[in-house]
Amino acid sequence: MVNALDPQNIKNFSEASVSVEIETEDMTLNIGPQHPSTHGVLRLVAKVDGEKVHDVKPVLGYMHRGYEKLAEVRTYPQITTLVNRIDWVAGFSNEIPFIAGAERLMEIEVPDRAKYIRLILTEMARISSHFVFNGAYALEVGALTPIFYAMEDRERVLDLIESVTGGRFHPNFNRIGGVKPAAGAGPTTKKNIQDLPAGFYRDTKIAMQKVIEAADQFQNLIGGNEVFKKRTKDVGVLTPEIAEAFGVSGPILRASGVKSDLRTQTDYLPYDQFEYEIPVGENGDCYDRWDVRVKEMVESAKIVLQAIDSMPSGPLQAKVPKVIKVPKGRTYVRAENPKGEMGYYIISDGGLGPYRLKVRTASFSNISILPNLLEGALLPDLIAIMGSLDFVLGDVDR
Amino acid sequence: MTEVLIKVGLLAGAALTGAITFTIMDVKGASWMQRRPGPLHVGLRGFIFPVAEILKFIQKEDIIPTEVDRPVFKWAPAYVMVSCVALFAVVPLSPTLVVADLELGVFFALAISSLGTIGVLTAGWSSANKYSLMGGLRAAGQLIAYELPLILAVVGVVIQAETMSLVGIVEKQIEWGVPFVVGGQIVGFLIFMVAATAEMMRVPFDMPIGESELTMGFMTEYSGIRFLIFYISEYMNMFILCAIASTLFLGGYHVPLLPTEWVNFYGPIVLLTKTAILGFILVAIRWSQPRFREDQLQNLAWKILIPASLVNILVTAIMKVGF
Repeated sequence: MVNALDPQNIKNFSEASVSVEIETEDMTLNIGPQHPSTHGVLRLVAKVDGEKVHDVKPVLGYMHRGYEKLAEVRTYPQITTLVNRIDWVAGFSNEIPFIAGAERLMEIEVPDRAKYIRLILTEMARISSHFVFNGAYALEVGALTPIFYAMEDRERVLDLIESVTGGRFHPNFNRIGGVKPAAGAGPTTKKNIQDLPAGFYRDTKIAMQKVIEAADQFQNLIGGNEVFKKRTKDVGVLTPEIAEAFGVSGPILRASGVKSDLRTQTDYLPYDQFEYEIPVGENGDCYDRWDVRVKEMVESAKIVLQAIDSMPSGPLQAKVPKVIKVPKGRTYVRAENPKGEMGYYIISDGGLGPYRLKVRTASFSNISILPNLLEGALLPDLIAIMGSLDFVLGDVDR
Repeated sequence: MTEVLIKVGLLAGAALTGAITFTIMDVKGASWMQRRPGPLHVGLRGFIFPVAEILKFIQKEDIIPTEVDRPVFKWAPAYVMVSCVALFAVVPLSPTLVVADLELGVFFALAISSLGTIGVLTAGWSSANKYSLMGGLRAAGQLIAYELPLILAVVGVVIQAETMSLVGIVEKQIEWGVPFVVGGQIVGFLIFMVAATAEMMRVPFDMPIGESELTMGFMTEYSGIRFLIFYISEYMNMFILCAIASTLFLGGYHVPLLPTEWVNFYGPIVLLTKTAILGFILVAIRWSQPRFREDQLQNLAWKILIPASLVNILVTAIMKVGF
C-alpha cells in the first residue's frame, strides 16, 4: 500500500491526499452463559464491530452431565431415566432410539400396539417441542405475545402425554420389548387391561385438531407479520452443501431444501404405514427454518390422527427375561427427533448395562454451523439465527 | 412563590398518576392480549399493583458497580425523568388549566424532550458494561434520527395554526370546527405517532432495551430506585407524548359540538380520554409486534419518515398560502 503521507510518493501537490482510516479493534462481546437468548447456558464469544458481528465462537460444556459415562454403570432399564433428560423439551423421543437399539441387540420383536403408542407419543413430543420453538423464537425477535399462545396450546399435548405416561417432560415410559402399562392400571392387577387411559382417543382427536388450528394461527400471527418477515427473510442463509458437510440434520437441513427425514429412511417406528408430507424449505434462511417447523407440526398431528384411527389391538409388551441382559454386540440406531438426528451407539459385552454408550445429538451438530451463518450479520441477526437453530443445551452437552 | 410550589407539586403528581395509569393499562392490556389474567392480588383486583411495585423498588438495594463512572451513572436517570416531567408543564387541560401557557410551547416541548437523550446516552456510557454501551449508542442513534420527523411533523401543525402556543393550537382547531387530523394533517399525525413510539423506545422500536439481545440495554446495571426512575419515566414519556399528540392533532381538550363555555369542566376528561385511546393503540402495538433491526429502523427514519414529513410541510405551506 502506498503511503499517501510520505512526501516521496507525492509528485504533484494536487495529488496529495490524506486518507487516514481510523483502525479500531473489534470488541469482544461475551454473550452468555447467562443471557436471555442462549436457551440456558450456551456461551458465545463474539467479535463485534459496532453492530456488525465478525466472528462467533460457541463455548460449550456448562451443561455437561456425563450421561455417557453414567450409562456405563447403570442397567438398561435404568438408562431411560437418564436419556429422556438429554433433550428435555421432547423427552419422550429420546428414549425411543436407545430402547430400539437394545431391542435390536436382544432380537426382540415389539408388538404392533406398543409401536403405535410409541409413535403417537413421539409425534406428540415433536409437536410440543415445536410449540416451544415457536414461542421462544418470536420472543427472540422481540414479539412478546406468541409464547403465551404457544404454551397454552402445548399444555393440551402435554396433558395427553401425562395421561398416558404419568410424566410431562420425563415420561420414562418405554420398556425393552414394549411400553409400560398405562398410568392408573395398578401395579398388581396383571389380569386387568393395562392400556391407554379412557377417553384418550377422543381427547387426542380434539387436541390434534387444535394443533392444526394453532399452526394456522401461528402462520397468521407470526409468519404474516411484516416485521417478522423483515427480520428473518434472507437472514442466516444456509446452503445445502454446508449443511450436509457439517452434519446438520432435522428441520434445519430440510429448510435448506434437502428432503432428508429419518422417519422415511429407517424403520425404528412404523412410519411407513401413514401418509404425510415432509415440508421442505427453499432458501434456507431463518424464515424457512421457522416455516418448516410450523408445517411439521401439522404433519405430525395428521400422523397421530391416522395412528389413532388404525390402532391395532394386542399386547403392549413382548416376552422378555426378568433380568435384562443384552447379548454381546454393537449397534447404532438413529431416529428423527424434533431437533434432528439422534443416535445411540451401544456396545454391549453381555452384561446388565452397556459397556459403552455414545450419544449422537442433533443440537450439537446444529450449533456448530453458527459461525458459518454470519455473513454480513448484525447483532440482532445473530440472535435471530441462533434462535432459528432451535437447540437445547442438554442436547448439546449431554 | 406558593403558587409556583403548588404548580410544581401538581405537575409531579400528575406525572406520577399518568405514569401509574399507563402502567396499569400496559400490564392489563398485555394480559388481555395474551389470554391470561394478569396482576390480580394486590388490592382492588390488582389495579393498584404499580404502587406496590414502586414501594418494592424503593426498598431494594441501589447497587452501584465498582467500575462505573459514579457521578455520571448516578445522575443519568434524573435527566430522563426531568425531561418527562417538564413536558407536563405545557400541556393544556383547558384554556386556563395549564401550568404555563408559553408563547413557544411547541418549541419548549420538543427541546425538553431531547434532554432525555443525554440521560440515556450517559447511562449507557457510564455503566462500564458492553451491553449498556451498545444500548446507549443505539438509543442515541435512534433518538437523534427520530427527533427530526417528530419536529418536522409538528411544523405542519404550526404552519396551519399560525402559532406555537399549545393553547393557541387547540383554539385554532376549535375555530376550524374539526381537529387537524381531519383537517389536513393526517400524514403528519401518523409520522408523529411513529416517531413518538421510537422516542419512547417501545416495541417495535425497543432496540436500545432489546431484552433478548442486549439483556436490558442501557438499564442493565441499574437497580433499585434508579431503575424505578427509568421505568416510571418510560410510562410518563408515553403518557405525555400521547397527550401532546392529542393536543396537536386531535383537538386537545375540546371535541366538536360541545359548548366552548363549559370547556373548563369537560376539558380534562376529553383530553385524558383521547390520551388513553392513543395509549391503548401503543399498548396493542407493543404486544403484537416483533422488534425492528437497527439498520431497518434507521432506514425507516431517513428514507421514509423524513422525506414524507418534508413533503407534508410543503403541501401544508402551499395550501396555507394558496387557499
